[in-house]
Amino acid sequence: MKRRSFLKGSLIAGAAVSTGLLSPNMAFAEGADPFEAKSVDDVLKALGISGAETSDKIKIKAPEIAENGAVVPVGITSEIEGTTEIISITAANPTPMAAKYTFGEGAVTSVKSRFKMGKTTDVIAIAKAGDKYYTAKTEVKVTKGGCGG
Amino acid sequence: MAKSTIKLRTKVKGDKVQVKALIKHPMETGLRKDKKTGKKIPAHYINHVVVEANGKQVLSADWSGSISKNPFLSFSYKGGAGDKVKLSWKDNTDKSDMLEVEVKAKK
Repeated sequence: MKRRSFLKGSLIAGAAVSTGLLSPNMAFAEGADPFEAKSVDDVLKALGISGAETSDKIKIKAPEIAENGAVVPVGITSEIEGTTEIISITAANPTPMAAKYTFGEGAVTSVKSRFKMGKTTDVIAIAKAGDKYYTAKTEVKVTKGGCGG
Repeated sequence: MAKSTIKLRTKVKGDKVQVKALIKHPMETGLRKDKKTGKKIPAHYINHVVVEANGKQVLSADWSGSISKNPFLSFSYKGGAGDKVKLSWKDNTDKSDMLEVEVKAKK
């Protein structure tokens, strides 16, 4: 298991280096797999992101109240020109890093998928355009009961 | 051919193609416990999805166990009818599947 997670970690780090997300030095210094990180700060550290600018050009479409935390539809759209990546972080989950989308040429920088949320949480979206990171967040309230809280 | 785990729908919208995908997968986080035995259910989730249009990658997604069971993915790209859209996924146990569809013209 150790070996496997090490391999996985090094693969992802390798991919990050080759896509230019991290400079090689940083990748080895930080080294951690963002998907294994246990807190938002650790995720950002593992990704090598610091000082992301808050932007209203990133739109997160998520329900204010989610009755079923197992299936929460979240759409993230970046209207920032030159966006190449969108990272989605579910702050309160045991492993907050939820997804990273890398866009190819011609793709519209907007994705929709469904996430699990253990409890009421902030959904943080980070968009990468050029060498800069932009961020936005929204809160989703998760109610366990079926009555919509 | 075994039934694919992927359902892929494409729709032409102006000069863009909307891609909607549903993948059948348990997406176990590895944190959930089996109610009968009290043992943890091992993690089993898709960690990489790639969508190509005419052989060119338009979207790649790195996922974690925070994605819902039977994941859904929707996005658009610039393209048109006749494009070949291919989606492939791989999970943490190295299982994988892929499906290719042709974008049909609007009727």
